[in-house]
Amino acid sequence: MDSPGWNRRSFLKAAAAAGAAAAMPDIAVPEPQVKPDVPASSQSIRLKVNGTSRQLNVDTRATLLDTLREQMGMAGTKKGCDHGQCGACTVHVNGRRINSCLTFAVMHDGDEITTIEGLADAGQLSPMQAAFVEHDAFQCGYCTPGQIMSATALLREPVGNTDDDLREAMSGNICRCGAYPNILAAIKSVRSQHS
Amino acid sequence: MQDTSGQGQNSQQHPTDTTGVGAAADHTSNRLPELSGNGSFGRPTPRHDGTLKVTGQARYAADHPIRRVVHAVAIQSTIANGRVKNIDASAAEKAPGFLAILHHGKAPKLYRPSNDFMSATKPGEIRVVFEDDRVYYAGQYIALVVAETLQQANYAASLVKIEYDFLHPVIDTDQAMNTVYDPEQFFGEKLTAQRGDPDGSYAAAAVKHEATYSTPLEHHNPMEPSASMAEWNGDELTLYETTQWVVGARNTVAETLGVPQEKVHIVSPFIGGGFGCKGFIWPHSVLSAIASRQVGRPVKLNLTRKQMFSACGHRSETRQKVRLGAAADGKLTSIFHDTLVQTSPVDEFIESCGTTTEMLYSCPNVGIAHHAVRVNIATPTPMRAPGENPGTYALESALDELAYKLKIDPVELRIRNHADTNEHTKQPWSSKYLKDCYRMAAEKFGWSKRNPEPRSMRDGKLLVGWGMATATYPGMRNPGAAKVRILQDGSATVVSATQDMGGGTYTTMVQVVSDALGIPVERIQSTLGDSMLPPAPVSGGSMTTASVLPAIRKACEQALTKLVQTAIGDENSPMHGKKEDEITAQNGRVFVKGSSPSSGNTYAEVLASKKMAAVEGEGFLQPGEERKKYAFQSFGAQFVEVKIDPEIARARVTRVVSAFDVGKVVNPTTARSQGYSGIIMGIGMALMEHTIYDDRDGSIVNSNLADYAVPVNADVPDLEVLFVDKPDPYIDDQGIGARGIGEITITGVAAAVANAVYHATGQRIRDLPITPDKLLQV
Ligand code: FES
Ligand code: FES
Repeated sequence: MDSPGWNRRSFLKAAAAAGAAAAMPDIAVPEPQVKPDVPASSQSIRLKVNGTSRQLNVDTRATLLDTLREQMGMAGTKKGCDHGQCGACTVHVNGRRINSCLTFAVMHDGDEITTIEGLADAGQLSPMQAAFVEHDAFQCGYCTPGQIMSATALLREPVGNTDDDLREAMSGNICRCGAYPNILAAIKSVRSQHS
Repeated sequence: MQDTSGQGQNSQQHPTDTTGVGAAADHTSNRLPELSGNGSFGRPTPRHDGTLKVTGQARYAADHPIRRVVHAVAIQSTIANGRVKNIDASAAEKAPGFLAILHHGKAPKLYRPSNDFMSATKPGEIRVVFEDDRVYYAGQYIALVVAETLQQANYAASLVKIEYDFLHPVIDTDQAMNTVYDPEQFFGEKLTAQRGDPDGSYAAAAVKHEATYSTPLEHHNPMEPSASMAEWNGDELTLYETTQWVVGARNTVAETLGVPQEKVHIVSPFIGGGFGCKGFIWPHSVLSAIASRQVGRPVKLNLTRKQMFSACGHRSETRQKVRLGAAADGKLTSIFHDTLVQTSPVDEFIESCGTTTEMLYSCPNVGIAHHAVRVNIATPTPMRAPGENPGTYALESALDELAYKLKIDPVELRIRNHADTNEHTKQPWSSKYLKDCYRMAAEKFGWSKRNPEPRSMRDGKLLVGWGMATATYPGMRNPGAAKVRILQDGSATVVSATQDMGGGTYTTMVQVVSDALGIPVERIQSTLGDSMLPPAPVSGGSMTTASVLPAIRKACEQALTKLVQTAIGDENSPMHGKKEDEITAQNGRVFVKGSSPSSGNTYAEVLASKKMAAVEGEGFLQPGEERKKYAFQSFGAQFVEVKIDPEIARARVTRVVSAFDVGKVVNPTTARSQGYSGIIMGIGMALMEHTIYDDRDGSIVNSNLADYAVPVNADVPDLEVLFVDKPDPYIDDQGIGARGIGEITITGVAAAVANAVYHATGQRIRDLPITPDKLLQV
């Protein structure tokens, strides 16, 4: 916690109020139902993670990322910023890549989640995982789960064929070790097998 | 265009010994096969830990599954100078899940550690956390809240009310000039030095250049924020850490807590990048330990990205005055390099920009000086090539300016001033192939096609610029130890308390064992990042390879000797009763010299016959007399192309070719990645990175990854990394011959970019980063 007195909800409330007021000056902004200083409750949800369905009681303040890491014991998904700025926490929700730090677990009742732990099939690396090893597409490996989840989802996205298209489509995933040229090479090699 | 091909007579046939210092040290062992025989040493080898990293199984500090772990959240100061007047935790204490709060009025007694780098005790900041109520910088730890879950800890922390007595902070160097002083030394190197007569020679110089270059405050921002997880078992502490120095962490934490070293165990098998900010030991490692002792449960403390901007150091801003004098033929006659940096009120770390200048070029008259001011910002720390990196930005920019004044090609100017010996220490180089680096990179880059005239090259409406600079970093080495075991099934293990933050230590360790023992890499397990293992130095100063790998080879030799002795002493062995030096080894077998390998035994057979589980060898080596005789230094050349859209004043790097002389390249695969890594961080330094402080309250304006821009994939063009790959004959006596590679790759990049920007635009930007606003202003 960086500045006492502020938490995510009070910020969201202020931001929502400001946004609404600016866009619709004549319409009264409804008071939020929850007072900012009251801790949130928990709620029961069902998540299907890497093919296994699990019933969970989640703190409604918990992000999907923290739920995976701290509650479900799946630490493969990483936290680099907790602000949607780095991509380390990328997972697939119903087949699409998202930043799991930017979404609450409670919003995903019934959703299908795939994490880095779910890509290999019976110990056999997925083509993207194998390509990352072959092309040395990482150094420290911390951004790697997010990079691989992004790259895997990208195979299904309408992304152009030039190197610059791929670089752009991978630019939500920061790699401070600078493995970018090798990440590009890994993705290209998998894409060429695909088509 | 100058001719860059005539770089000395020796450029075509690689010189075997450019230094002329005589034959290489004798490093051949009787029994171990020669390195670079048939093994993986020197050949591209996939990462040993690759599968763990791509499957999410690699465990970083916050990933270890610990039963009953609870969560800590740090509260940091929102003012940069003053005192904590009151901490009101009454509401927090009533919050659900709350377990404890710690602060200066409510913390166990802590002790200042000895702060001695050589004895592996080095806090990032000598002031101990929660020492008193004083606040010296924004982001200083004020309190720590512990609760059952992360959400509960965050919420409870949000309820803590802190009152301050506010004093006006000093943030800007200009405002702090009343505190300026001249620091004496930086890790043993003098920061004020002179040879010849820099002033007189400058006055008499035919061609002169003088300018001030500045670099901003920067943050390492490894992707893994620092984390520390503490678990006490009686009076024994286990800390799951992300540290570049497990031995340093053990010693420093133990001294700070006032407990014996043997009671502290540091575990750090994977590090999500460090770049220097996880080298020294910072307060979070102590905070998790005292919090855990307080609540009687394991405690996890994971810093936020924002906290990373004040919790584990940064690179100081620098202002560097460089003055060059030269004869008309380009020979340098005078160099003066004067550096002004910042440090904190509570400790000293000096970004020593000038020390490289003492020896990078041949020049009879050289002076350097360093000055520091104290500002209300946290203590700086090493960041990838501390000193060399901003230092070469200034010096190599100045040389480019001088080259234009002299009308001499910048590569040619550097060759004319090539330092054949280290003129500062008056030692010959252990090995130096800098001219080869210039030639290799220039050829690959196509430098001979460059029209030196600024604004002369175009790509459509884009301005094209080509620039180059020299790269350099010392070839450091510290004492290192390792153990190697040959196991009953013929496989092997190798262990050392070193670290792998991405450079590839797991893999190079295995390569050395594979070569020495003739065991395939797949059958060797390397273990590191644990303070209980044989001690190794900090993974900093690019010294891991040179410090640890020779010890591993030594350990292999000892293990093999024990195996041979076992065979000789075994009456069922075909080698029974032979003398030790009659036995040799190859491809995992021992046998009598001169006979066929099949006449002997496999390692497994030797052990099985004596019902032994394993033989173990130990290696401990340290630098010796060779350090008095030779100067150990790596060199390289960075060639950069930029393209600039004049309408939006945006510079982009479009091509980089680099060549490095780092001695032997142990693993070309991971070495190339290290090359990419440094070059890309250098592009960030040149064009994007700077931390911005609010002068009024000392807070950081851009303490997040959206506003502190670092290169993303779309910022990185095609890069080409070349290596001379000639062993350093003196750096170790085991024939490894490798100097480190993690830091040299960033040096010179920013200067090469700035020089390319000048070539493209005719505008000289002497203040990093080169952002559009500066390009528009000139
Ligand atoms: S942790 Fe989610 S984007 Fe950085
Ligand atoms: S591999 Fe280290 S951040 Fe990408």
